[in-house]
Order: sequence, then C-alpha cells, then structure tokens
Amino acid sequence: MEAPGDSSSDTDPRQQAALNFKAFLLKSSTKTNQNYDHLARVLTKVMDERPPNAVDVFEDISLQVKANQLQDNQSTLRSIPENNAAFALAQEQKALFIRGAGDEQEEGMAETPLPNLVEQSFFFDQAEVGLGREETQRIFLALKQLVDTQHLQRCRFWGKILGREANYIVAEVECRDEEEEQAEETQKDEEEEEARDEDEVGVGVHINDLLPKSTYKPPPSVPMEARSSGTNKFSYFVCREPGLPWVRLPDVTPAQIVVARQIRKLFTGHLDAPIITYPPFPGNEANYLRAQIARISAGTQVSPLGFYVFEEEEEEEAEEGARDNFIENPEFEGIPVPDMVESLSTWVHHVQHINKQGRCVWVRISEKTEEELDDEAEGEEREEEPDEPEPEVGPPLLTPLSEDAVNNTPPWSTRISSNLIPEYAIAYVRSNLWPGAYAYASGNFENIYIGWGLKYLGEPYTPPMPPTPQQEYPSEPEITEVLDPSVEEEQALKAAPEDQQLSEEENEGQEEEEEEDD
Amino acid sequence: MDSDALYCSVDLVCGSGVTLSAEHRAALQSSLIILKRNMNFRRVLFWGKICGIKNDYFIAQGVGEDQIRDRKSIYSINCIDWHLLPPATKALIDEVAMAAKGRFMGDPSHKYEHETQEQEEGDCERCSVKVNEEQRLAVTVFTIDNEVAVVPRGAYIKNLQGIAQPNRSFEGLNPSEAAELSNYLHFSESRKPRKKNIMEMANLNPSIDFLDPLSEDIPKGSWIVHFEHGNRVCTIKSLVWQGLTFFNLPMTPWHGYLYMGDGLKNVDLSFML
Repeated sequence: MEAPGDSSSDTDPRQQAALNFKAFLLKSSTKTNQNYDHLARVLTKVMDERPPNAVDVFEDISLQVKANQLQDNQSTLRSIPENNAAFALAQEQKALFIRGAGDEQEEGMAETPLPNLVEQSFFFDQAEVGLGREETQRIFLALKQLVDTQHLQRCRFWGKILGREANYIVAEVECRDEEEEQAEETQKDEEEEEARDEDEVGVGVHINDLLPKSTYKPPPSVPMEARSSGTNKFSYFVCREPGLPWVRLPDVTPAQIVVARQIRKLFTGHLDAPIITYPPFPGNEANYLRAQIARISAGTQVSPLGFYVFEEEEEEEAEEGARDNFIENPEFEGIPVPDMVESLSTWVHHVQHINKQGRCVWVRISEKTEEELDDEAEGEEREEEPDEPEPEVGPPLLTPLSEDAVNNTPPWSTRISSNLIPEYAIAYVRSNLWPGAYAYASGNFENIYIGWGLKYLGEPYTPPMPPTPQQEYPSEPEITEVLDPSVEEEQALKAAPEDQQLSEEENEGQEEEEEEDD
Repeated sequence: MDSDALYCSVDLVCGSGVTLSAEHRAALQSSLIILKRNMNFRRVLFWGKICGIKNDYFIAQGVGEDQIRDRKSIYSINCIDWHLLPPATKALIDEVAMAAKGRFMGDPSHKYEHETQEQEEGDCERCSVKVNEEQRLAVTVFTIDNEVAVVPRGAYIKNLQGIAQPNRSFEGLNPSEAAELSNYLHFSESRKPRKKNIMEMANLNPSIDFLDPLSEDIPKGSWIVHFEHGNRVCTIKSLVWQGLTFFNLPMTPWHGYLYMGDGLKNVDLSFML
C-alpha cells in the first residue's frame, strides 16, 4: 500500500491530502477507540444488515456499535453448582476412604475374612482380566465395609456381572449366624403361605358362577436346598457401584435354575426388575441373578488338583451320595506351571454340579405324589403317570476338568502368563462356555467372573416351544364325526341294496348259528 | 484406540473385565512403533483382541490419509510379529459367512469347510467352500469396524476433497452431551441415507454429519451408555458385538474404541432385551 502512495505523492497532491486525512482518522481518541475503526465497523454493519432507511437510523447504529464494544467481564448470574451423578457417587464413595472407629482395635487385624484383593488382582492382571487398579481398590474397600457390617465367616470377591443400565459387583460370603436367620425366614415363608391360602379362599367365595376348571396338574415342585448346602452353600451380596449399599440376594430354588437354563436375558441393573420371558421365570431379577450365579459357580469354580481334599471321616459315607465337604490340604505344595498349562487334569471343580432338577443332590419327588394318588385314584391313572425319572448322579466333587463334557467347543483354554519368562509365570484357565470366567494358580488360586452372565451356546438360541394345548373334552366315538361317504360309495350302496340285505340276512343266520353252537 | 496412548487407554475400557497383561502392553508399545515406520502409516491404532481357543489374535490397524477408507488391518499372535490381513471383499465375506462357525481356534491356517449340495437338472453337485482362519479374521475385523466402530460427533470432518480427517478443533463433548447416543457416529461409510425432515437437517453440519448416528440403529437398545470410573469416563458398549467398548473422556478430545471378545456376533439379541 505504501509503495504506490509514496511514488504518487509527488505527482498527485489530492492523494497526499487523502493520506493525511486517513492519518488523522487513525489517531486514537483519549477515551475510546480509533475513529477510523469505528467508521469501518459502522459501515460494515450497514453493509451486513442493509437496514431499509440507513440514513435515519445512522446515529443509532453508531451508538449500538459503540455499545457492543463494551465487553462484560463479570456475569451477574451466579453459577449453578454442578450436581451431576459423578458428584453424587463421589460423595457416596468418600465414606469408603474414611477410617472407621472400630478399625483401631488390633484384634481385628489378626483374623479377618477379608481376601487380599490387591494380590489377587496382581495375578489376574497377568491372566489378562481385571477391572483396573483404582476400581479394584474401591471394590476392596467396599468389601471391607461389608465385612465390618456383617458377621461373615468367609468372604470372597466373586466377580462382576454387566447389565444394561448398571453392573453388579458380587461378593460370595459364608455367614456365621446362619441358623437364626434361617429360622426367621422359614417362619416368614409359612406366614406368607398362610396369607396366600386365605387369598385363595376369598376368591372362591366371590365367584358364584364357576368357570371350567383346568385339569392341568403342575409337575411336583422340587424342594429347595437348605442354606449352606448344595446350590445355596454360599450367600451372595451385590452392589451396583463400590460404596453403594450391599444387598443380599435371596436363596435360589431349583425351579429358578431350571428356567434360567432355558432363557437368555440380559440383566438390567435393577434388582426388582421383572423378568419377562418364555418360559416364565419364577421371580424377579434378583432371583435370576442368583440363579445365574449358581450356574456359573457350578460350572467354572476350579482349583488345582490336590489343593482341597475330602475329610477322611466322610469317605465311609461316600456310597450314600456325593460328598460335599472338603478341607484345604495342608501338604499341598503346588503343581509345576508347565503341567498346569499342559493338561486339564490338574484342575478340578470344587463346586458341585447342578443336575437337571436344579439341585446338587438328587431328590425323589414323585414319592409323595404317588401316595396321594393311591388314596384317591384308580389303577388307570397311575399307568398314565410318566415313568419315574432315573436318579441323576452328577460327577463327584473335585472332578478334573478333563472329564467335562465336550460339545464342539472345548470347554476350557489353558494359558501361561508369559512365554518369555516361564520361570516366574503363572498358569491360568479360561472358560469357553462361560465367557468371562477365569482362574489362576500360582501356589494359591482364585476364580473370577466378569461378564454378561450368559452361557456360550455355540448356536443361535431357540426358545422352547409351548406345550400342546389341553384337550377340551375326551375324544369318544359319540362325538367323533364320521366321514361322509363319497358319491361312488353312495351309488354303490344304492345299486346293491338287495345284495346287502341278503348278505345281512346271511350274516344274521351265521351269527345265530354261532350262538347256537355256543 | 491410538497406539500412542495405549498405556493409559486400556485402563479406561477395562470395566468389562478384559485387559492386557503388562508383558503384552510392553511388547505392543515397542512393536507398533516399528510397524508404523516400516509400513509407512500415518497413525497406528490398536484395534483389540479376538480370543481363540488355542491362541489369541492381537489386531492393529494402520491408517493412511483417509481415516475411514485408508485402513489396513494387521494381526499378531505374540504381539511382536505382525502379518497383514487380506482385504475383505464381498465374495470373501459371503464365503466366510457360509463356512465359518463356532469359536476362533487361534491358528491362522485352520481350515473351515462347508459343503453345499446344489441340484441342477437332476445332477447333484457338491460344492465345498473352504476358508482359512486368517480370511475369517479379516472379514470379522472388517465387519466389526463396519457395524460398530464409534467416534464422537465432531471428532472427524470431511474436507473438500471428500477425505475424512481428524478435526483439530474438536474439544470433546460436555458431560450432558456425552450421555446422548445421538452424539456418537458410526465410523464407517454411511450406508443408509435416511431421509431427514427439514427440522432435523437444520442442526446438521455437512462437514461433520457425514456419518450415521448410533441413535438410529435397530434394534433400539443395542448400545449401552455408561459412566464408569467414578462416573468420569463415558463408555459405550455394543450388545450386537459384545466386547466392543468405546470410551470418551468428556471435555477432552480423547476417545477410542477397543474390541476384546471372541469375535462372534450376538444374534440372540432380540431375545435378550
């Protein structure tokens, strides 16, 4: 810009004057900004907005441009404190990091059911499974909270089940004062049953016009296994996030396990959510969660061979049924890592197999019903009863994994944590049937499950078919419709009425003869 | 996720349980840098892991100029030796869909065979489709990328030449935006240009909204948005490909996705919701 200006300044005095005036405009005022800039802004505004009568509102535009120059550095609005979910959770979790008053006693330090989660997570990290260091630490603290508030004999971090809206952190515990609670609960159950009976009576009175009754008899229900035995050997506590309150899951019934095997449903993250599936699931999500935990535990809780042994006293009783008590083997020295990686027979199940009834121990259920039948029914009905199912005996406890049933997919994969430094590596197994189930062994052992709580099927899921509808009435010859004769048959019948009569007479004659013979 | 930030990104997606061991992390950090140099990639992404029965496949992707189309997938079993996967062509995808069943074995040369009988004028012809596991892996990686790769809205822009590039001025989603599924886009070429009405079009920016948002996916509910790690990390999980986790730190441009699973599509989803 300047170069042409300089060259033309000598020749054109008007150009020179314009330059001088521009220089004057560029002088900044004492109060506000430059005159030149303001003019440029005003003109730009006019060009941009193109107001209809620009000249009439020129002063206003000028004023507006000047006003817009003033920037507000200070807002008169007060900022709203952020009140989001992160803040709420942080407040809840803060309690985890405060040392409780009871912690100062040194007695508690000596013996605590709290597992060393930090050590476990170190090993699981090598087995390529884990929740991250901070999260593990939070869960550790939450477990400590659980141990402090409940009277527990044994506590273990079972794993995490992912849900659609929230996840469940699951702790497996063995309570001390089981008996009292059990007594209380049975009382409650009885009360409930009584209440239910009353309800039924009430309904019966109201309905005068009786509806046709269904003759469907539900199959006899399988009795539930008592607490601290079979599928209910342990109790489970769940919480959505570490720091939030722990909730105890109800005990599992065999019916729930049987149905849980037939359905395929994701968890929502709300324990009271209904489970809407076919076949109908008896219970809500808490029951479903408990049933899946029982199935996963039975399928995937493994330990190195020889870590647990049966108690010697019990060996005599072995003939009666599956032994379900074992103790830690004090002489266990560990199995070399290469052996544990090589063969699955060095790993054993230490949770009982659940049979088709949904129980660990087979129970004869038809006995009771047969007695009932004897009282009222005739022989025919008993014949219709299905054959009594054969008692199913699952594989005994502490069976090696190599005995697991194999359909298409091998159920387990064994790995070594490091091929580069095998001297200090650990062996771990991964379940292929329950994706997310891991176990490691390095002197000690531990199991964990982190996943969606669903089994790998190997094929697309097909829901079971509904049963055939019940017959409305017994099919008898009186109500069976006879097929209409075809035209040919009818004509043949008409054409030969005499023959038929003759033959009928003959028949009668024959019959008579026969009668006479008799 | 970007391999440069691997060391801290893996910890953010481990809410679903699968992580990398320290040995693998260290090996990946060393080998991916060498890979980037040797194969002349602009960026190397660590894509994830597909668990097989005998071995696991570690998968990385090299990105060229166009972030969507210019991608090459590479796999490794020991995290050190990397092999290029064959391109997934339409024919290969069909063959794999027909033949490959069950879990990955962990052996790239494992053969899947499927015999079909075609009747043509009375003659019974037996066609057998053979694919090996390397081809299956290539198709699986391609399909997962095509169906469930995720980026936050605004993280990538389409420039005048039609090339998708990272948006340098992307500053991240704010926490309330991060909870909305419509603020996340499929990071694959737009497949179904749904007709939008003019009100919806008004809010779209053609250079940003050249991808399909996740909120239009069918079935509804196939994505899960969670806040993890004390509600500070926004993670999105796919239920169609269980194992795919996307993470995003609100208010930062830091985001990425990782697949850690068995490489099987969840076809039972309609029963599970």
